[in-house]
Amino acid sequence: MIPASFEYYRPKDIAGVLALLRDHGDDARVMAGGHSLIPMMKLRMAEVPHLIDLQDVAGLGGIEVGESSIRLGAMVTQTEIIGHDGLAQAAPILREAALQIADPQVRNMGTVGGNVANGDPGNDMPGLMQCLDAVFTLVGQDGERQVAAREFYDAAYMTAREDDEVLTAVTIPLPKGGHAYEKQKRKIGDYATAAAAVQITREGGSCTAASIAMTNLSDTPVFCEEAGAALVGTSVDTAALDAAVAAMQAAIDPSEDNRGPVEFKRHVAGVILRRAIERAWSRA
Amino acid sequence: MKDDVESREDRVGKLKGLGCSRKRVEDARFTQGKGNYVDDIKLDGMLFGDFVRSPYAHAKVVSINTEEALKVPGVLAVLTAKDLEPLGLHWMPTLAGDKQMVLADGKVLFQGQEVAFVVAEDRYAAADGIEAVEVEYEELPVLVNPFEALKSDVVLREDTVDENGAPKDGAHGPRKHHNHIFTWEAGDRETTEQVIGEAEVVATSDMYYHRTHPCPLETCGCVASMDKVNGKLTLWGTFQAPHAIRTVVSLISGIEEHNIRVISPDIGGGFGNKVGAYPGYVCSVVASIVTGKPVKWIEDRMDNLMTTAFARDYHMTGRISATKEGKITGLHCHVTADHGGFDACADPTKFPAGFMNICTGSYDIPTAYLEVEGVYTNKAPGGVSYRCSFRVTEAVYFIERMIEVLAIKLNMDAAELRRINFIRKEQFPYKAALGWEYDSGDYHTAWDKALKTVDYEGLRAEQAQRVEDFKAGKTRKLMGIGLSFFTEIVGAGPVKNCDILGLGMFDSCEIRIHPTGSAIARLGTISQGQGHATTFAQILASEIGLPADSITIEEGDTDTAPYGLGTYGSRSTPVAGAATALAGRKIRAKAQMIAAYLLEVHDDDVEFDVDRFVVKGAPERFKTMKEIAFAAYNQAIPGIEPGLEAVSYYDPPNMTYPFGAYVCVMDIDVDTGVPEIRRFYALDDCGTRINPMIIEGQVHGGLTEALAVALGQEIAYDDMGNVKTGTLMDFFLPTAWEVPNYETDHTVTPSPHHPIGAKGVGESPHVGGVPCFSNAVQDAFRAFGNVHTNMPHDHWRIWKTAHELGLHG
Ligand SMILES: Cc1cc2nc3c(=O)[nH]c(=O)nc-3n(C[C@H](O)[C@H](O)[C@H](O)COP(=O)(O)OP(=O)(O)OC[C@H]3O[C@@H](n4cnc5c(N)ncnc54)[C@H](O)[C@@H]3O)c2cc1C
Repeated sequence: MIPASFEYYRPKDIAGVLALLRDHGDDARVMAGGHSLIPMMKLRMAEVPHLIDLQDVAGLGGIEVGESSIRLGAMVTQTEIIGHDGLAQAAPILREAALQIADPQVRNMGTVGGNVANGDPGNDMPGLMQCLDAVFTLVGQDGERQVAAREFYDAAYMTAREDDEVLTAVTIPLPKGGHAYEKQKRKIGDYATAAAAVQITREGGSCTAASIAMTNLSDTPVFCEEAGAALVGTSVDTAALDAAVAAMQAAIDPSEDNRGPVEFKRHVAGVILRRAIERAWSRA
Repeated sequence: MKDDVESREDRVGKLKGLGCSRKRVEDARFTQGKGNYVDDIKLDGMLFGDFVRSPYAHAKVVSINTEEALKVPGVLAVLTAKDLEPLGLHWMPTLAGDKQMVLADGKVLFQGQEVAFVVAEDRYAAADGIEAVEVEYEELPVLVNPFEALKSDVVLREDTVDENGAPKDGAHGPRKHHNHIFTWEAGDRETTEQVIGEAEVVATSDMYYHRTHPCPLETCGCVASMDKVNGKLTLWGTFQAPHAIRTVVSLISGIEEHNIRVISPDIGGGFGNKVGAYPGYVCSVVASIVTGKPVKWIEDRMDNLMTTAFARDYHMTGRISATKEGKITGLHCHVTADHGGFDACADPTKFPAGFMNICTGSYDIPTAYLEVEGVYTNKAPGGVSYRCSFRVTEAVYFIERMIEVLAIKLNMDAAELRRINFIRKEQFPYKAALGWEYDSGDYHTAWDKALKTVDYEGLRAEQAQRVEDFKAGKTRKLMGIGLSFFTEIVGAGPVKNCDILGLGMFDSCEIRIHPTGSAIARLGTISQGQGHATTFAQILASEIGLPADSITIEEGDTDTAPYGLGTYGSRSTPVAGAATALAGRKIRAKAQMIAAYLLEVHDDDVEFDVDRFVVKGAPERFKTMKEIAFAAYNQAIPGIEPGLEAVSYYDPPNMTYPFGAYVCVMDIDVDTGVPEIRRFYALDDCGTRINPMIIEGQVHGGLTEALAVALGQEIAYDDMGNVKTGTLMDFFLPTAWEVPNYETDHTVTPSPHHPIGAKGVGESPHVGGVPCFSNAVQDAFRAFGNVHTNMPHDHWRIWKTAHELGLHG
């Protein structure tokens, strides 16, 4: 497991990154924490003749918790997310989810930008960001643009990001109400058999809003608008849960792998979502 | 008069001998990253070799074009079967009496098979060179199921048929089909059929013990260095049996054995994976001879999982008969064994299915019959004993499942069924129906202690309540109580019936006492993490009265260590440990004569006391072993040669039979299939306990590998023979997170024939652990009609069991 040889660059600013991307086109790729990219290179499933390391690029770090939104620099690591108390207060689902990603060594390197840009259906943060209705900032040769997480994913490893664009930040509207990130996996370091991100608000005994997204149950994360809608106006009783689960199951399209066949995954997705909703509701 | 204020107890304590939880002397270097593994070896001008591997499970190799590869900067040579053929090295013998292709000779038989060997200046260039080798394949029909292989017209191995296409005899007798390797039987077929036919109760079960892999942290590898000036070949490698490797290398290369030096440096785990000989060794040696430079070959993780020695892959069918009261009367076991493309099992020659005939377990079963059929398929070769003595894990899993299945049939408690069938203490030595003579045991005491400690009755009451609650809709979790009682058979073995490639399975120890009272001992074994440098020094300390801290243990260098058959099958303590004790006793015998001379008394008038010889009846008159050692080198003692050295080669009179009682309590989420281990209790009886801390460590490790195998660890193939579990993402290697807290316990039933009564422990927890975890899962569903489901019990298979039993509503 040795990658093909490549040129290594470590630019100091975004302009430097963009220049390299322009010069080398398809042959260049940015690297954040490297914990998805390097394994692919070692397996020679990704060939990257020009590797641009983002570690030294100014302006890509930082966690800002504002009045109405949160800004995560693309290079913020999963460990930083877990360790940030202000963030845990403002959006506790981020810590809960990040703690279920891989192991501490991977989390020390893995970044939020890399996780959402990667496009692997197994990554947890794309679904999470869809649940939270996050917006990704992309910077390219023609300047900056914003793309909603819910619009970003086309297929496995296919996203709205152009090859020569860099994802610089993730902006999340301050979440409200109760949250839960529920994930079933075979062991530490495994991607999800099924995972659910749920954010829910209530007034009195009634649900006022619910946002639901599922992970690793399709070739993209699955934002389940109808599943959320099934809860709104209900007391999140069994019938509402059943309706939400049914709506979610209609939206996902899992495929068989070593974790199990489709039938199993659909069933577990239902169980996981039910538990996530119940926990989020109890916290709302 | 000497001034001696030390109490006897203090003197015993200072030795750190038998029974002391001495800290491991190896750990200082390992915990500081100062170990010296084969990949740490760097020699001047060293080259790196790596393999072009087959992407297909069964294909004709039409052509191999190395032209482009040779143009890659840094690539020096590409070896193919054609290059090895003139040397007779394109095939090599396996430990099982079969032969194996070193490099693809016209065809490939499994995915990942070695096709060409690229030799380059470094591993990066080698990797690029591999990409540039062009191999043209013509796909052939793939056989991944041994039952189909036995029916198929497809001939996997052309060397198994004569010119008319009829099957030729194999290494273990006639073949009944071209893809059939051997049939091996033990016991009495006719009587067994009769007993089972007439029995009051018969329980049957089909079970598949899936293919898995030992997956040591360090993969296999070697460095070969041929010195063309003095004609000496030095081979460093991850060898569990360095001396046997030297002999094999000599036999296949023609280099005389004295010109070959095999060195096993620190080894990062073996578990059976590093017993056999691999194409990488042969190719490295040839490449070093060809280039005149040292050549290193190191597997990566995928190479290791996909191509070097797998374990298990046994399809087992059992029938067990009993009286209505539960007294077992007969056992029948049939195995279809999937050996992959070559039979590269690492078993003693006369035992092509290892010690599978220990499958009557811990029970007094008067009549039994076992038949094992080995079959070729398009899978990787191997069939090694993964943390167990030869096929003992399979045997114990089989019988411990059959007991559970019988308990269900009898509607009886499985603990009680075991109790009434155990071999009784007074029956030892016990001659089992399938041939073995168990040396010693006290199963009832161990079982009662285990059940009492875990409050077995309380657990069953709680479980019954849980079933009620589940049926009433109050919980979605079921509770399983896993039981297992195992008897291991380790310490291979008596030369009269145990050999590998004709080499008797004795082992050895050579001791030199230095003038100032310290010592070095060398053994024919090799530690892969077991802590030999710690424990063998303890055996010696108690035997020769010098502190363990003053004794260096050295293994693994065939130029210095005495010949031995290596470390696997829990054989080091039973065999080399015995040699160590006996060599120590030779030292002591000579020391006694020296002491008597120094004390001016007759030899018979001194006796050994911890660290000295004392004059009988006059304890104030003594010579310490340290003093005696010095005298051995500085005094002319009439009739006694100078020096103090001894060597012992030990041929064990019998195997040793460690045993144990395990209980696992598990909660199972019926809706997700997720098991949670609430409690694991392990009682081990390994005879005399040399170092309780190391025993506990061995038990923890063995149980963790048992958990892995039972709950998910598997080498799975698709229908095309593609390995589906070639990386650690899919091959389950548990982390601290998945592992429960283990409670360990023991009883002590010394082996009557072993010099210090020790039996070996490294593999017991694995052997006993696998059925225990599996039984816990299966027991959780017993109340709902489950009889048997196959491992690995990963989430989806547990879920499937629940689903098929209608538990998802
Ligand atoms: C053993 C192991 C277990 C894991 N388990 C999980 C898990 O359970 N859940 C999970 O979500 N992840 C898991 N991961 C993945 C881990 O979280 C990765 O680190 C993460 O997915 C990618 O982040 P990275 O910073 O390492 O990105 P990299 O590997 O550096 O990059 C990934 C991809 O994104 C692109 N990219 C990176 N940053 C940017 C950017 N700023 N702009 C544009 N493109 C960019 C790269 O070009 C590359 O194509 C695991 C990884 C390992 C090794």
